[in-house]
Amino acid sequence: MSEPLHLPLRIVIVGHVDHGKSTLIGRMLNDTGALPESKVRELEAAAKGRGVPFEWSFLLDSFQAERDQAITIDTTQIRFKHGVREFVIIDAPGHKEFLKNMISGAAAADAAVLIVDAAEGVREQTKRHAYLLHLLGLKQVVVAINKMDRINFDHGKFEALVQELKEYLHTLGVRPTAFIPIAARDGDNLANASTRMDWYKGKTLLDQLHVFERFGAPVALPLRFPVQDVYRVDEKRILVGRIESGVLRKGDKVLFSPTNETATVTDIVSWPDRHDKAFELKAGEVFGVTLDQPIFVERGHIGSHAEHAPMLTNVFRTSLFWLSKNPLRVGNSYKVRFGTTETAVTVQSIDKVVDTDDLKQTEQAKEVVKNAVAEVTLRAGQLIAVDSYSDNHKTGRFVLVEGADIVGGGLISMEGYADQRRLMQPKSENIYAVDHLTDADARAQKLGHYGGVFWFTGLSGAGKSTLAMLAEKALFERGYHAYVLDGDNVRHGLNKDLGFSPDDRAENIRRVGEVSALMADAGIVCITAFISPYRADRDRARSASPRHFNEIYIKANIETCEKRDPKGLYVKARKGLITEFTGIDSPYEAPENPEMVVDTEVNSVEVCVKQIVDYIEAAVSLKKKRENIIAA
Amino acid sequence: MSEKHYLQQLEAQTIYIIREAYNRIQPLGMMWSIGKDSTALLWMVRKAFFGKVPFKLILLDTEMELPEVYEFRDKYTKEWDLDVHNELCPPESEMDPTLPPATRAAARKTEGLKNLLKRDQYKGIIGGIRRDEQSMRAKERVFSPRSIDGSWDFKDQPAEFWDQYKCEIPQGCHLRIHPILHWTELDIWRYTRMENIPIVPLYLARNGKRYRSLGEKNITFPVDSNASTIDEIIEELQTTKTPERAGRSMDNEREDSFETLRASGYM
Repeated sequence: MSEPLHLPLRIVIVGHVDHGKSTLIGRMLNDTGALPESKVRELEAAAKGRGVPFEWSFLLDSFQAERDQAITIDTTQIRFKHGVREFVIIDAPGHKEFLKNMISGAAAADAAVLIVDAAEGVREQTKRHAYLLHLLGLKQVVVAINKMDRINFDHGKFEALVQELKEYLHTLGVRPTAFIPIAARDGDNLANASTRMDWYKGKTLLDQLHVFERFGAPVALPLRFPVQDVYRVDEKRILVGRIESGVLRKGDKVLFSPTNETATVTDIVSWPDRHDKAFELKAGEVFGVTLDQPIFVERGHIGSHAEHAPMLTNVFRTSLFWLSKNPLRVGNSYKVRFGTTETAVTVQSIDKVVDTDDLKQTEQAKEVVKNAVAEVTLRAGQLIAVDSYSDNHKTGRFVLVEGADIVGGGLISMEGYADQRRLMQPKSENIYAVDHLTDADARAQKLGHYGGVFWFTGLSGAGKSTLAMLAEKALFERGYHAYVLDGDNVRHGLNKDLGFSPDDRAENIRRVGEVSALMADAGIVCITAFISPYRADRDRARSASPRHFNEIYIKANIETCEKRDPKGLYVKARKGLITEFTGIDSPYEAPENPEMVVDTEVNSVEVCVKQIVDYIEAAVSLKKKRENIIAA
Repeated sequence: MSEKHYLQQLEAQTIYIIREAYNRIQPLGMMWSIGKDSTALLWMVRKAFFGKVPFKLILLDTEMELPEVYEFRDKYTKEWDLDVHNELCPPESEMDPTLPPATRAAARKTEGLKNLLKRDQYKGIIGGIRRDEQSMRAKERVFSPRSIDGSWDFKDQPAEFWDQYKCEIPQGCHLRIHPILHWTELDIWRYTRMENIPIVPLYLARNGKRYRSLGEKNITFPVDSNASTIDEIIEELQTTKTPERAGRSMDNEREDSFETLRASGYM
């Protein structure tokens, strides 16, 4: 139809504050004829009105606040064309406080310009930014030595600075393609070769940028298609998302992780219906596909081919940068997001902290402070599917979320860890699950609600049994099929062969987990009231019914529970009449990421029951959204 | 790469963002100004959801739109089976009298939007702004939080990288979602041509004038142009140096007019 088009090359410009980033950009836009006619006039008038000399940087700093403070304060993106090539300049701020903006810009870049003041040389942020370019995986880097006029365009001084920079950058793993002497304010060696530095025979900055490439999506890597959502459109169940790497073809048998379920892609769906219907999807394309099996798939599950599947693990090593004012510490919990997966993780260890100012490394540090870089091991509550960054740069990176904010990002390294996929196989091989001839939806329609497991956990005396029984009664009266499995009751029958040793406690919880899963499958609202002090045991109960497990933390501290002591157990434990009593001489591991917390210290019994009943009603409602029903 | 492949890559990014917003944020609505950008965006919404539009479309109506705009709205609301909410904006007499006249007129939309957010408690509003339109918009995030009074704190924006967006915000606040931030004016026209998306005819030149950007009739003016087809518009844009919003008087009244509007909640 017309001449070929190219997506713009994204360039990030980094370097120490006042080394001239905004000036470089303003001048380059002017020299390439990218500015609307009115723009420079408008800014000249504005400068005159303010009684200050015109600066090229005004162009970018076109916020009132920025001009007043004379520093760039956020990432901005500016497009321009030079020859046949389109460029997007991502301007990253030079002020120390705004590292997150710099990363927000630099993470999307194909190439970087590191700007260094010829007179000042390497400064604190020069180092920090260079290190981050390395961590963000940017390989196409050019160094612009600016303000050459300040060293009288001296060749010798330039070469000395280049040598020093080269050595320093190599220690960071950054290998610049070129070093270019420039004077940004006057345009020397930006778009046009300088007449004041005859000794320089290399490319101008723009010519150098022309040489760099834009990275496409990795088509040649193994297939990864994280599920973004599941839609129900006109009775069809459609999985949607984006192919992050590889190629997916109609008819492919695909494996979903971490569920380990397989199905065949029956159709590639698009709108409007095309006569030349796609039979394959490549990395970078968004998809809508249908499957031959009604397997359980939801957002966060990752599709692949079985022979090149991601690793399943609950622990992974990372290199990360940290942006929060609250230090990252061992034992802290965060949410980790990669692709469409989101899951809770705990910091297992901080293996190394790197000071980006002097590159000093501290092993086994206690914390990672704001704007630092570190190697950290993270542990997830359940198995997740991951790739090492070195294998797949699209899926091998993640962000960390603290509260509601993205506060860090990093790269995954699975070196030294085993794939846990094989652990998911059942112990006995001659077991074949028999399919029921009716399904959860049919049962739910008949009963008026879905089944579910509502797993209460908390200290003895926190109120689990009391609340469970009251919630059961309230639900029953509203027509729900609800039943409570209570600690003491179960031990009279199903588990009367078990004592209170750690092993027996684990087995006690395992059995309850399995029984509650069966009840939920049968469509019952099953509430369990067990101390269940160990995370690992509760996680196993969750894995028995992954689709309808709800961990509800009945929260009260040990002092309160001891004061209540409804069964007189604390008194006995304190006297040593009972041993291995949770909270006294046996640990209680509070939930890290429960579906719900009920605080019985703060709220009355009535309020707690209402909270629980409201939550359960919403969770088992027929309207419960497992799929987004798309209807106009 | 071919023009088709080029546009498909831009489209894929947009559809990914739309679906991300729909999954993460409820209730969600979308601004449909009936202009070329939000109509192209609407087209991609229909692609994302296989021909349907699973949220409300909102027109901030000052009753000052050009008649062709209202005609277009009515025609496609019916033809595409859309759920369009027409939000009447408060009158100019209620606006801050210290603002310059055209900025004051534009501020009506900000107030209309505030009323809508307050009443319908939207958590997310999808909008069709682009970075290349205006330098304030070049600073935007894809998912951009707004405080309770609708204001935009452009000095402290959330980190946004590797296609991970801020989705959780405090009660009473909302997110603006910008799925076509990375498109240019030229990209939109090329896409409109490739996909055969209908446009309000005012964009095409008649008697040497055409609208390059559509706004209310009292504060938007046509620019000199002979481009009477989309092909000719595309040709024109490849050489012009006139800014897109040159016909929008509120941008140009005072140095910081548009900035003031944006910071207080204007799209």
